[in-house]
Amino acid sequence: MDITRHWRLRRQRYALEGERCVHCREYIFPPRDICPHCGEEAGPLHTMSGQGEVYSFTVVHDPPTGYEAQAPYAVALVKLAEGPLITAQLTDVDAADIKIGMPVEMVTRRLRTDGPEGVIQYGYKFRPHLAVS
Amino acid sequence: MRPARSAGIIGYGAYVPRFRLPGKEISRVWTEGNTPPPVAEKSVPGLDEDVITMAIEAARNALARAGTAPAEIRAVWVGSESHPYAVKPSSSVVGEAIGASPNLLAADWEFACKAGSEAMQAAIGMVGSGMIRYALAIGMDTAQGRPGDALEYTAGAGGGAFLIGPAEDALAVIEASYSYATDTPDFWRRDHAQYPSHGQRFTGEPAYFRHVTHAARALLEGTGAQPADFRFAVFHQPNPKFPQRAAAMLGFTKEQIQAGMLSPQIGNTYAGSALIGLTAVLDQAAPGDRILVVSFGSGAGSDAFQLTATEKLLERRSRAPRTTDYISRRKEIDYGVYARFRGKLKM
Repeated sequence: MDITRHWRLRRQRYALEGERCVHCREYIFPPRDICPHCGEEAGPLHTMSGQGEVYSFTVVHDPPTGYEAQAPYAVALVKLAEGPLITAQLTDVDAADIKIGMPVEMVTRRLRTDGPEGVIQYGYKFRPHLAVS
Repeated sequence: MRPARSAGIIGYGAYVPRFRLPGKEISRVWTEGNTPPPVAEKSVPGLDEDVITMAIEAARNALARAGTAPAEIRAVWVGSESHPYAVKPSSSVVGEAIGASPNLLAADWEFACKAGSEAMQAAIGMVGSGMIRYALAIGMDTAQGRPGDALEYTAGAGGGAFLIGPAEDALAVIEASYSYATDTPDFWRRDHAQYPSHGQRFTGEPAYFRHVTHAARALLEGTGAQPADFRFAVFHQPNPKFPQRAAAMLGFTKEQIQAGMLSPQIGNTYAGSALIGLTAVLDQAAPGDRILVVSFGSGAGSDAFQLTATEKLLERRSRAPRTTDYISRRKEIDYGVYARFRGKLKM
């Protein structure tokens, strides 16, 4: 597992830190050098609200190496409230209850571990919006 | 104990995982259903949860209520007996995730079930001395229960986070606190041991009751308050019976401990227990209500706090999910799923 890469990306993985383009005001995730909307230099950093909805999803029963421990799990394309479409696991939900258009919110969870002695990778997942009284 | 400058709770947040294991399911597996469970059910963390992820969510709830910029927080302290790493702080991950890094004092605390309240005492000290303006104290656990042991019924998961800051901006002012500790080996887990051991009945009289009642009495003696002056009291909850008896010994009524009594529904959340009880009380308290909180950690010691809720509680309370929102979000699992979730299967 690539410790340095995860370390570099920790702010975007833990807290959905992206960018808001100073030129065209569009939101960008993940952060990059050039704004994909207007082609100008991207930035500055902007932390997303974590709110979004399920754009599409699938359930992974045959996971890639390193992700076996939590299978089966759902992977969704999540449309963030700010606009960007991102790929993330869904959590705290039964596969039968997932619906396209379902409101979801970001939580920081364990993504994978590098064996019993390696580092634990944390990052964003999405769960159904918590019902608040 | 009182700091030079008065401190209080600026924001609070709770977290309880979604899964519940009924006590009757444990009784079915180990005693053919012949043991009456001490609690109806306990909370169980999911496969992608641990003390770090749970502390992050409770901390985010505390910050949402406080409205404080994360960069103003100069201490993030996580008390637990289930830190995911033996060496590598939980608190630095939490600090990074909530945006409090890098100008930060980050540390993990350990004192069995009172590691979180210990962090609160230290936070009061640093805020109250004027060294820092805000400190985040968290008590969170994913307790380990040895399969078949009496404590497996109650070893739950959850906890609370408290942003401590100046009293003038507090939703509850901490009027005074007290700590009491002795070398009492009632419950322990050795290095590399997967499950804790305990001294059976020794955990009661010389451990829990002695420390809880001494700390509470000394605090009340110092402040001059009487049990009747409090609307709420929270005692550490290894099970429902111990806090009920401690309350009765100290002259508190069942009504006073009702709001913070969560162990029947989520079990014993260890370092989170007294703290999440306080979050449930703050969800209900009115300005002017006085609250007593007494933690207990095996080994053994108690921290006691006397608080009074302020008007600010009313405007901040609804900015984050209430403790009952997490408790009522529940999915029941059986012992087999529990065994998988908690890593009890060897493959």
